[in-house]
Amino acid sequence: MKLITAVIKPQKLDDVKSALRAIGVKGITVSEVSGVGRQGGHVEVYRGAEYPIDLLSKIRFEILAETKDVQPIIDAIVKSAATGQIGDGKIWVTAVEEVVRVRTGERGSAAV
Amino acid sequence: MELDAGNTAWVLASSALVLLMTPGLALFYGGMVRAKSALNMMMMSVITIAIVSVLWVIYGFKLAFGYEANSQWYGSISFSGLGDAVGELANNGGVYPIPLLVFAVFQLMFAIITPALISGAIADRAKFLSWGVFVAIWVTLVYFPVAHWVFAFGNKVGDTVTGAGFLASRGVQDFAGGTAVHINAGAAALALAIVLGRRIGWQKSPMRPHSLPLVILGAALLWFGWFGFNAGSALAADGIAALAFINTQVATAGALIGWILVEKIRDGHFSSLGAASGAVAGLVAITPACAFVAPWAAVVIGLIAGAICALAVGLKYRFGFDDSLDVVGVHLVGGVIGSLAIGFFGSSAVNSLGANGIFYGGGTTLLGKQALGVGMVAAYSFIATLIIGFLIEKTIGFRVSSDKELGGVDLSEHAESAYEMGGILKGGR
Repeated sequence: MKLITAVIKPQKLDDVKSALRAIGVKGITVSEVSGVGRQGGHVEVYRGAEYPIDLLSKIRFEILAETKDVQPIIDAIVKSAATGQIGDGKIWVTAVEEVVRVRTGERGSAAV
Repeated sequence: MELDAGNTAWVLASSALVLLMTPGLALFYGGMVRAKSALNMMMMSVITIAIVSVLWVIYGFKLAFGYEANSQWYGSISFSGLGDAVGELANNGGVYPIPLLVFAVFQLMFAIITPALISGAIADRAKFLSWGVFVAIWVTLVYFPVAHWVFAFGNKVGDTVTGAGFLASRGVQDFAGGTAVHINAGAAALALAIVLGRRIGWQKSPMRPHSLPLVILGAALLWFGWFGFNAGSALAADGIAALAFINTQVATAGALIGWILVEKIRDGHFSSLGAASGAVAGLVAITPACAFVAPWAAVVIGLIAGAICALAVGLKYRFGFDDSLDVVGVHLVGGVIGSLAIGFFGSSAVNSLGANGIFYGGGTTLLGKQALGVGMVAAYSFIATLIIGFLIEKTIGFRVSSDKELGGVDLSEHAESAYEMGGILKGGR
C-alpha cells in the first residue's frame, strides 16, 4: 500500500478530482496549503509599498492506493494538473505500513 | 428673522450625512489593517462618536462657538449643557434662519470625525483606554479652540460682532474644514505616530490591508457623507450649497484619476486601494475650497491633490515614522493643497463672500492669509498633540506591550476577533 501526495495549483482542483473519479478512485483527502518552489512568490503593491508574497496557495491531495494502482493515479494527476507553466506542483509516493477502516475494523487492502 | 424650513431641513439632513462619515471612516481604516486589529481600528472611531458627543453638549459647543468671552482664541467657558440654546436661531457672523441647535449638531459631527481621523496613525498598537483619554483631552485643548479660530464668525447684533475667531476675522477662507479638520488631524497624526513609535516589524513583515472591499465601502460612505460636510456648510439649501456639492463631486473624481495614474506610472498597476485613497484625498483637498472656486478649478485641484498625495504617502518611509494608514500623506498634505489652492483659484464671481486669488487678479494677499491659517493650525496641533501624547505615554501609557501587539490588539483590548476564521479547531461551526 502506498500514500500518494500531490500538491497542485488551486485552479486545477476540479480537473484533478474529475480525472481521479474517472479512473475509479473513491477516497481522497484534500487540504488547502501554502508553499513555495521554483515558481517563487509574487509582489503586491499597496500605496507604493511593495510586499513580497513568498508563500503561494496550493491544494494538497492525499490518496491511499494499492501498489498496482499507483502508476495510473500518478498519470491521471499529471495529465489533469499540468498547465506547462512553472508552479504546477509535485507528486510523491510513500510506503504505508497499515490502513484500518474505522467503521468495521477491516485492515490492509480491504480498508483502502 | 423667521425660521426657514427648507434650510433647516437641509442642515439637519447634512448633519446625519456627516455623522455617517465616521462609521465610514471606521470601515475605510478597518479594512486597511490586518485582521488581528480590525475591530480595534473601528472601535477607535466608534468610541470617538460617543465621547465627543457627550463633551459637546456639556461644554464643547460653547468652547468652540460661544461668544460671551469675546475672545479670538476660544468661545466661552460654560457648562450650561445647551439648555440656553433651545429656541434660539443660529448666529455666526449674522443670523441664519435655522435653529441654533441645528447648527450645534451639524458642527458636532465635525468635532467627532476630526479626532477619529487621527486614529489611522496609531493602528495596531494603542491602548484603547488611553485613546479615549486622548480624544477627550485633544478635542478640549485642540479641536474646540481651533474650530473657534476658523469657524466662529462671532455673534453679530446690528454692526457689532462679538467673539469672532482669530483666523475667521482675518479673512482666512476655509469653507468646510481644510484647516480645522484635515490639517488639524493630519498634524496631530504626525505627532502621535512619533509618540507611539513604529510598529514591531514595520517595513520588515508584510502589513497588508486585510479587506480592500471594506476600504472601498468605507470610502464610498465617506464620499456620500461628504456632501453633507461640504454642501451642508452653506447652512442653507441655496446656490452656494449647490456649488459646494458639484465641486465636491468633481474634485473627488479628479483626484481618484490623479492618484491611480501616478500608481500606473510608478508601480505598474491601477490599484483599488489607490482609487479609494485618491477619492479621499480629493474630498480632503476640496473641503476648504468647495464654495470659493469654479467647478473647472475643482477638477484641477482634485487632479493635483490626487497625484501629490499618491507621492506624499511614501514620505513616511524616507523619514521613518509609522503613520500607519497615511493620515499625514492624505489629510495633512491634502488639506494644505486645498487651503492654499484657494489663494490661486479663489473667485469672488462664484461666491460674493469669497475673494479673488492670483488667477483672478487678486494678487498674493489671499494666498498669504491662507498660508497663515495653514501654518498656525498645523503648528499648534502638532505641538499640542506631542505634549498631550507624551503626558499620556508617561502616565497611563499609550502603547500596548509587545506581546499584546504581536497577538493583536483586538484580543488584548477587546477580547474579540473580527472574523471566525479558525474553522472547527478554533471553536467555529
